Amino acid sequence: MNQLHVRQGGHIRESAGDRAFQAVIIVMSVLLMIVVAYPLYFTVIASFSKPEDVLLGRVLFWPRNISFESYQMVIAEQSIWMGYGNTLIYTVLGTLINLALTTMIAYPLSCKETPFRGPITFIASFTMLFSGGLIPTYLLVRSLGMYNTIWAMLLPTGITTYNMLVMKNFFQSSIPAELKEAAHLDGCNDFQTLFRVVLPLSGSIIAVMVLFYAVAHWNEYFNALIYLKDRARMPLQVILREILLQNQELAAGDGTGLYEKMMAAETMKYAIIIVASVPVICLYPLVQKHFVKGVMVGAIKG
Amino acid sequence: MSVRSVPKASWTRRFRKHVLGHWQLLALLAVPLAWYIIFCYVPMFGVQVAFKDYKARLGIWDSPWSNPLFRHFSRYFSSYYAWSTIWNTLAINLGCLAIGFPAPIILALVLNEINSIRFRKVLQNITYVPYFLSIVVVVSMLKLFCDQRYGVINILLQALGMKAIPLMESERYFRPLYVISNVWQNMGWNAIIYIAALAGVDAALYEAATVDGASRWQKIVHVSVPCILPTIVTMFILRIGQLMTIGFEKALLMQNDLNIGTSEIISTLVYKNGIQKGDYSYATAVGLMNSVVNLILIVTANTVCRRTLDQSLW
Repeated sequence: MNQLHVRQGGHIRESAGDRAFQAVIIVMSVLLMIVVAYPLYFTVIASFSKPEDVLLGRVLFWPRNISFESYQMVIAEQSIWMGYGNTLIYTVLGTLINLALTTMIAYPLSCKETPFRGPITFIASFTMLFSGGLIPTYLLVRSLGMYNTIWAMLLPTGITTYNMLVMKNFFQSSIPAELKEAAHLDGCNDFQTLFRVVLPLSGSIIAVMVLFYAVAHWNEYFNALIYLKDRARMPLQVILREILLQNQELAAGDGTGLYEKMMAAETMKYAIIIVASVPVICLYPLVQKHFVKGVMVGAIKG
Repeated sequence: MSVRSVPKASWTRRFRKHVLGHWQLLALLAVPLAWYIIFCYVPMFGVQVAFKDYKARLGIWDSPWSNPLFRHFSRYFSSYYAWSTIWNTLAINLGCLAIGFPAPIILALVLNEINSIRFRKVLQNITYVPYFLSIVVVVSMLKLFCDQRYGVINILLQALGMKAIPLMESERYFRPLYVISNVWQNMGWNAIIYIAALAGVDAALYEAATVDGASRWQKIVHVSVPCILPTIVTMFILRIGQLMTIGFEKALLMQNDLNIGTSEIISTLVYKNGIQKGDYSYATAVGLMNSVVNLILIVTANTVCRRTLDQSLW
């Protein structure tokens, strides 16, 4: 595409229309950039500014009186660290379970020689069209005795069918069938083929699956809301909801007056948003280079 | 292959070769398959609660059938809020469809036309960021920005000489806020699939169009869009199938007493009646109605697309 545009500029003279078009594209993309980035940018500068300046509207485009007051308050807030710890546990264990379960079904479904492949693919895919819904699932989790245990956070979200199909498509399109045949001829059984031949070549799809599942676990709040009871087990998102949306009273610093306290509690919210979101946002760049290879293949063919 | 004409001995031999020969693949499948049956199919049978009067001590299977059988459904449809919750659900989703569906396509087309690779990468990556934020965080940002006294939106409005508006606490602004924040959060991520499709377009097509004297706009209309049309149709069918599902967690978080008139959707109703009040049968009935409508929608969309565009999911 790009080479083409260069050539266009060189050999065939760009028409006035095309130049106007180029201008429109530039204006649109800059506008898009501002609209998407500004809320993020504002959250960052607000978290680093003095509470008073943020609330009086003096912080719009630039941080003022840079202070770490908000962050100090976040660090002092016990419940956030408790939530952080719980979320880390749920994310790591949950993602491991997801990876194991998803691979265990995606790989056999990608092999032509798997018996009953058609019906099993149907059983899995049908769940994307119809589900029992919230209440039957809730009653099931309760009757399995998982209510208010860590299992309620790990098992009901065990497989995301869409992710499973993306992985299956990756196995089908990116692992040459000849390679698996060669492995079989060399005496590998199906397990050995998977672990010694297929998985070592599947780094990119595994990275993408880690991204998908880990982000989902990190951001999960609803399952915790309905399946957990003890506050000590609550993940970060539930704690965030209490602080950010339900305006729970905070021990807001050692501010002198009520007014300062209230202001500090308001801007602390920006800092909380940053602290809670940075880990997942950092995950993407790590996975990015695998992303194109892993997901595009699976998503387009699927 | 007709099984009947094959002698029995050969059938067992084939069974041995094809099924037992790959017992390891089946062994791998066993645990995930059990997961699907327990966590997806058992709840599907659990929807019978909708036709029963659920008693906790009797459980799902032993609770008595309700009389009449569709009692919980008629309770819903005769309630004063039935049609308003259905309309609210549809309105939010139609809004998201009308704006949220074309937005990533337009973004992908714009990105595709940006000449500077560097700028394109930057823009693309920035539009991904909101996708990674949790719904709790996005709603909190909305709430902070929309605050009547301290929110940045109202500060800007006042700077322009307008009056501050209690955006989050009004029925009127619930839907626009919902739709706009949804587009903001998902546009970049949803564009990925279109960007990938555009990257796969044969460069020769563009060259041929250039030789024929097509302007860049004409190349978009006559080359880019037709080439990604199959992807658009697939995404459209999938999206239609979710016409009454998405948005539950966000609506619940954005909801307050002052915007309840537009923010009460079917799924928030299910949550309140089921989980909070313990009226399981009623909540399941309402949820089941929603799921069935969804199933009908996606099957219809798929059939229509197969007949008219020769494109379908299955």
